[in-house]
Amino acid sequence: MLGEGIIKGLAETARNFVGSYVEADRLTTVQYPEERLPTKEAARNFPFLVFDGNDAQAGLRCVACQICEKECPPQCIYIEKSKDKKPDYVGKPQFYPKIFDIDISVCMSCQICVEVCPFEAIKMDTEFELSHTDRFDGLLFDKHQLAKSNEYYQKIHPAEAAEVDARLAAEKAKVEAKTKADAEAKAKAAAAKTAAPPPAPVPST
Amino acid sequence: MTFTFVILGVVTLAGAMAAMSLRNLVHCALCLVAAFGGLAGLFLQLDAQFVGLAQILVYIGAVAILIVFAILLTRGSESPQQPIVAGRWLMGVAVAALTFGSLMVSIVTSTLISSANGPKPNVAADISVKKIGAKLMTEYVLPLEVVALLLTAALIGAVIIAMEEQARLAPEGSQSH
Amino acid sequence: MTDVLDQIFILLKHWVLGWPCWPDSLRPILSVLLSIVPLMLVFALLFGIATVVERKAIGRIQNRYGPNRVGLPFTDIRLAGFGQFIADGIKALTKEDIVPRAADKVVHFLAPVALIVPVFLAYSVLPYGRNMTPIDMDAGVLFFFAAGAATELSVFMAGWASRNKYSLLGAMRAIAQMISYEVPLIISTITVVMMVGSLSTVKIVEAQADYSGQLPHWHVFTPWGLAGFILFMIAAMAESNRSPFDLPEGESEIVAGYFIEYSGFKFALFFLAEYLGMFAVSGLAVTLFLGGWTAPLAFLSWLPSWLWFFAKLLALISLFIWVRGTVPRLRMDQLMNFAWKFMLPMALINIAAAGLWFFLPAGFDRWAVCSAMLIVPYVLLGRGLMGGKLFTKRTYRYAE
Repeated sequence: MLGEGIIKGLAETARNFVGSYVEADRLTTVQYPEERLPTKEAARNFPFLVFDGNDAQAGLRCVACQICEKECPPQCIYIEKSKDKKPDYVGKPQFYPKIFDIDISVCMSCQICVEVCPFEAIKMDTEFELSHTDRFDGLLFDKHQLAKSNEYYQKIHPAEAAEVDARLAAEKAKVEAKTKADAEAKAKAAAAKTAAPPPAPVPST
Repeated sequence: MTFTFVILGVVTLAGAMAAMSLRNLVHCALCLVAAFGGLAGLFLQLDAQFVGLAQILVYIGAVAILIVFAILLTRGSESPQQPIVAGRWLMGVAVAALTFGSLMVSIVTSTLISSANGPKPNVAADISVKKIGAKLMTEYVLPLEVVALLLTAALIGAVIIAMEEQARLAPEGSQSH
Repeated sequence: MTDVLDQIFILLKHWVLGWPCWPDSLRPILSVLLSIVPLMLVFALLFGIATVVERKAIGRIQNRYGPNRVGLPFTDIRLAGFGQFIADGIKALTKEDIVPRAADKVVHFLAPVALIVPVFLAYSVLPYGRNMTPIDMDAGVLFFFAAGAATELSVFMAGWASRNKYSLLGAMRAIAQMISYEVPLIISTITVVMMVGSLSTVKIVEAQADYSGQLPHWHVFTPWGLAGFILFMIAAMAESNRSPFDLPEGESEIVAGYFIEYSGFKFALFFLAEYLGMFAVSGLAVTLFLGGWTAPLAFLSWLPSWLWFFAKLLALISLFIWVRGTVPRLRMDQLMNFAWKFMLPMALINIAAAGLWFFLPAGFDRWAVCSAMLIVPYVLLGRGLMGGKLFTKRTYRYAE
């Protein structure tokens, strides 16, 4: 009969209306600033620089190789290399970035900088509340704003960070083993050298 | 002659003048509406509630809309470039003068005016909508029926004309689909 | 005490008028102002609250929260979002007023004004309570419809003066719809006028003020009254361009319809006029069918009369909101078919039923005959309009 559907529809909307006050699980809206969903592990938006240890600037993994700067499609990264060198995580002296700027108003979150970095120095952040009243300087991040600790990285991307840490540790171990082996070999060679010319006397150790 | 009467009279006359002389047809129609509104106000001021409100309901609510629709659906609302003074304006003046004259004569010779030498009787006060209805249903029932018949005939005629057109257009329409 | 509470606004007005500081020549104007200004303020405030309530209710219907943030300005008080209309009002006032270059400047400016004036005029004949009718006119209902008819032209003015094809389309739709639904609106009103024998809104309310036992003699509790009320409400929804009859401003097709080229405060005026039109026509429905300011049960009569009027008005407004949250928008041909093929015949039959009700002796027979007279054509018309169309579950060719 005419009008039947309208009655049914009105009953349905009335049920929804009353139900939304009674059953809490009907309302799926997350009221954002007070309530927030945990970010997904794969979430990413803008890059940041990882540092080890406690000193953000001294511990930066970045060696200013400028690969990311060259690879960045929208060219939002600007790097100036330092004149001097500082030791990296394995103790090898490396250059470090004197200036490292990322213009996040230009960045397109493609993650290419992360892919190409050979030093695991640049990673993707999940921080999204970046609005600023100054749309030029407020969105141009320098290396002090970009530097974030490895612990933070482990917190936002646990699985990825564990893998990176393992790789770095393995590399470090390898390097240490190699230096040790080198040192041993050197010591051996030195020992052999010292031992060889005078064949007769036994080295007193 | 009260202040409201002056305002309403000016609105009515100015609206009517503008409706005649403006170039843009839609503007003319809107000015005509102003004239209608002023006229309705005059009726209301004379305590003729039914006539005044019917004037608004019929003329502003229906006739003006009809005029506007007719303008939009036919020539469009672009303002014409040539002056819009009709060629046979002498004839128009004659018709206007004749209408005005006949109205004038009928008003002057009406019993209301001739009997109103003393203080004017308050005629309007006891003319209620109810009385108009009662009169229409008793004394003037035949004219009312005739008008109703005429309107019905016009309505049916309009429907028939529209149907013929539709029947004529239908085969073309089905081909173009 | 109850009498004082019932007449409190009248007494207040007389008290203010009685202050010795007014010169005698100002008193009539002051009296008029004291009637108009509170009404305008009350209904403007009701408009503001209704917009928030509507958004919240529709949100709840769709299992959302709706606005619940904005509270009092410059404070942290949230009022569950009821400050939203203040923010909206400030925004509308401070926005730039843009007039298109091609627009007809004068008509473009006049349209919102010409719309809001008749809408407010319509409020002058509604009885808000006992002795609370601003103008008790002999032809009150006629005045209401005359004011309503004057709004159609301003809609056209807005649509035409904007020089925008969407706005013109919206205006044409609005006018076609308003003219079509004005016919059943007025015809369904005629039944009440016939039964009461007066066009005065005050007399119409007084005719419904009796009780048999506890039950009131409202017109809606008769077969013709119920049919008339339903027809009136449907036509009122169409007249005030409310969903499901919101084709003139169908957002998905013509963006905003006839007021697409309006911004800032003029846009707010159109918005205001739309809501005020809805309130006014709801007020008329209350007056005609729901007993105006009379209490729904005899023992509740001690509550002030104006409270009942506004309670009924709010109930009808919630009905409008509920329907808006339920029914999707009609198509243009459906709209016209519904008006001319269903509403008009039903309204005409309703007149006959009302006439019969008037002449038959009171009793069960009268109920049976009049109900049958309305239900049979309703069912038949419903069947006929469906035209044997069977609605089946829609199957999709490409999905899944």
